[in-house]
Amino acid sequence: MNQIAEWDWDTKEKYIADINEWRKKFPVVRGLVASDDGEKIATVIQTEDNRFTTCVNGDVWEETFERLWSLKFTPDNKFICLTYKDYEWALAVDKEFWEDRFDSAWNLTLSPDGKNIAINVKKEESYGVSLNGNTWENRFVDARDIALSPDGTRTATLIQTKRLKEGDIFGFQEGIWTVAVDGTPWDKTFVNVWGVTFSPDSKHVAVEVRFNLYDYTIAIDGKTWEKVYNCVWEPLFKPDSNDIIAPVKTSDGWTLAINGQPVWDTYVQLWNQRFSPDGRRIAAIVAPEYGRWTIAVDNIPWNNSWSDAVLPPIFSPDSKRVAAVVKESRNPFHMESALHNVEGNNRYSIAVDGTPWPGDFEMVWDPIFSPGSDKVLAKVEKNGKYFIAIDGRIGKHGYEALWNPVFSPDGEKLLIRCVEGGRYYRRVVPIHEI
Amino acid sequence: MALAVKQKEKAWGKVLDAGLDETIKKLTPEKIEQVIKKALEKMGPGRLKTMVETCIHCGLCSEACHTYLSNDRDPTFAPVAKVKQTMWPILKNKGRVSPEFIRRAAEIAYTECNLCKRCSMYCPFGIDMAYIILSVRRICHLLGVTPLYLQDTAHSHAVTMNQMWVKQDDWIDTLQWQEEETRGEIKNPIIPINKEGADIMYSVIGPEPKFQAHLMGQAAVIMNVAGIDWTYPSFDGWDNSDMAMYSGDHEIMGRVKRAHFEAAMKLKVKKIVMGECGHAFRSIYDVGNRWLGLRMPPVPVIHAIQFYYELLREGRIKIKKKFDKPVTLHDPCNVIRGRGLHEMARYVTNALCEDFREMNPNKEYNFCCNAGGGVINCGPPWTKKRVISNRVKAEQMKATGAPIVITPCHNCHSGIEDVIKYYKLGMHTKFFSQIIVEVMEIPEKFKL
Repeated sequence: MNQIAEWDWDTKEKYIADINEWRKKFPVVRGLVASDDGEKIATVIQTEDNRFTTCVNGDVWEETFERLWSLKFTPDNKFICLTYKDYEWALAVDKEFWEDRFDSAWNLTLSPDGKNIAINVKKEESYGVSLNGNTWENRFVDARDIALSPDGTRTATLIQTKRLKEGDIFGFQEGIWTVAVDGTPWDKTFVNVWGVTFSPDSKHVAVEVRFNLYDYTIAIDGKTWEKVYNCVWEPLFKPDSNDIIAPVKTSDGWTLAINGQPVWDTYVQLWNQRFSPDGRRIAAIVAPEYGRWTIAVDNIPWNNSWSDAVLPPIFSPDSKRVAAVVKESRNPFHMESALHNVEGNNRYSIAVDGTPWPGDFEMVWDPIFSPGSDKVLAKVEKNGKYFIAIDGRIGKHGYEALWNPVFSPDGEKLLIRCVEGGRYYRRVVPIHEI
Repeated sequence: MALAVKQKEKAWGKVLDAGLDETIKKLTPEKIEQVIKKALEKMGPGRLKTMVETCIHCGLCSEACHTYLSNDRDPTFAPVAKVKQTMWPILKNKGRVSPEFIRRAAEIAYTECNLCKRCSMYCPFGIDMAYIILSVRRICHLLGVTPLYLQDTAHSHAVTMNQMWVKQDDWIDTLQWQEEETRGEIKNPIIPINKEGADIMYSVIGPEPKFQAHLMGQAAVIMNVAGIDWTYPSFDGWDNSDMAMYSGDHEIMGRVKRAHFEAAMKLKVKKIVMGECGHAFRSIYDVGNRWLGLRMPPVPVIHAIQFYYELLREGRIKIKKKFDKPVTLHDPCNVIRGRGLHEMARYVTNALCEDFREMNPNKEYNFCCNAGGGVINCGPPWTKKRVISNRVKAEQMKATGAPIVITPCHNCHSGIEDVIKYYKLGMHTKFFSQIIVEVMEIPEKFKL
């Protein structure tokens, strides 16, 4: 929020770049990436000789590469990408490379403040993690998925501890997967590990585990919950605490467990649980009955439910309200209509505290609460154009491209990052003018 | 016109499979009984009992089954006999059966039934044989008795969310490498990765990046030329297939399907288009989605047959010169009998090919390739049995006189190629995408 307060909230409009010009100038212009504050717009461009480089606000990097992807801006506007040249991957931050080079580099992850960067890497035929260019000395047969601690100092990844011959199902079932934290594997191995996550204080790591083909539970720092379940989904730490919640499947259905103990009613499905910012409330996606989806807050499902899907719940800053993307089809039971686009099907909207907005859209992005928690907005798509919708009311302007708007700290204005007429603009607009 | 293949005394002999032979050594009748009782409680024993007791033993299902017909009408291969040798005794004995019984039940359930549901169409009561056999497979999975190769594939799904142990970096490398390859076909192709808000997430099955990456290149040619707004995820969920559905590991099946659907929702695409795969379609609209509590996929999923049909009908791809060799078309069970895409498949075939010759029977009455239902994934130990047990398919194909068999499904494609080789038919299989790329018009802006 402090960083947001420092952004330019006074200039009504800045014309940043002519994307159409870029398209004329280069054979191929790929997807656009806007910085959080809207001041910069970047893309990958292809040169005449089939090489790639970046273009940021029209500034083309002279160095070209065989491959280039995973573009990101940090919150303080550093520009990061993964580059490939002469059979080596390198991470570049504002055109400066980390010293270390890799056979592969992926899962580019930033700490919340953007000051720390982690990637999964393959080097010398072994797998691990590199944090800010410091590559783990311990590397493994395989590594997949990455977690970066909230303070940006620690990393964890899922690792394969032992190489197996093809088709060695018995060796596999002995358990050859675990978690490595800062390069050190847990002592205990499992048949499977998934959903690695750090605690808010960055000191602990939790994952889902499978002991054999049938028994699932949660492990924290290598120690498992006593109870095992038929299945589990990703664990989540409680803010300011080391308590963990995870959906678990019992013989009665899915419920939510805290530190191993089921505490909610059972549902046909339950996943994507979230804590409120104050840590006192929990919201999760649930299916109270087969084929109906909603949000349950503290184990109380909303009165309304939807046929197709409900996306992960978002709490308001004051922890009192919950919003989510919802999706409905008028004829959800008819295969032909449900699987293909017919009128009335595959309609997206936003529901806030269980009440859906009156309109629906072709696509809706995650809801965003105002700092005062009183307003909800979302990027929506209608007739092939992108709009901002606030509290169910669709904005006047449709854009060719639009990034998630950002509320000013006082909640009175919106930062709009958009493409109109082939040009990228940064605009600051009072809420009532949307 | 029976092809001369000796089948007396089961020409494939005794098949050894450590996934069955070693695992039953750990079983006792007591353990089996305990596991089955628990499993039956979950499955709804009433439903299974009703199905079994409704059967009047009329035998109409027998003539529907390719394994029965191909094995000279050996009665043990009749669908009713497969149930009689598996679920009937399980229910009758309340799960008190021997390890040897489980071994035989597993062999029947995993290698003698493709879950193709042709028999259910001929059953006067419409008994869902596939459900019964899938229930047998679930029991076998819970007992740890699964063919080795199929189990290995389920392990791959569990670790990687794809069926071929494709590592995360290998997947990304394949996407980038295929874009480079495609530059040899058309000018400035793009294989978009993680393009949020694209219309379509294109999904493939594990064997494509592992062994058949050229198919991804061909898909890229079609997508670019047709002007499709599409993308692949760089992360897990790109593989639409789900062999855990067939091994009986429902929990991994659900996990794989969740990853697939969530990848599409994360990318904010309007639909998923899946490549030419049959069982993957079954897993997203019938089995996997339901385990998750979804009546239908949360994001619409279009099979490649339907996608190509729409592209051709809307003129988004134009044909330069039709494919001139005679072709026949194999109707994959999961998207024809299971989804009803047979007329679209014929529209596409006729739009692409000059000389289309129907197999008989065809459309929803087609004979299965005998590779589907996870049977081909049981691996090399079972190949001989699989091809011998599909002589009728060989006869069907041979009768068309066509040198090319279009097989819009990966398992059908590989399984039919095995059948062709074994019976020396001198034919070859092709996907629709391969023919499209061969005959499509390349617009000026894409010409090299």
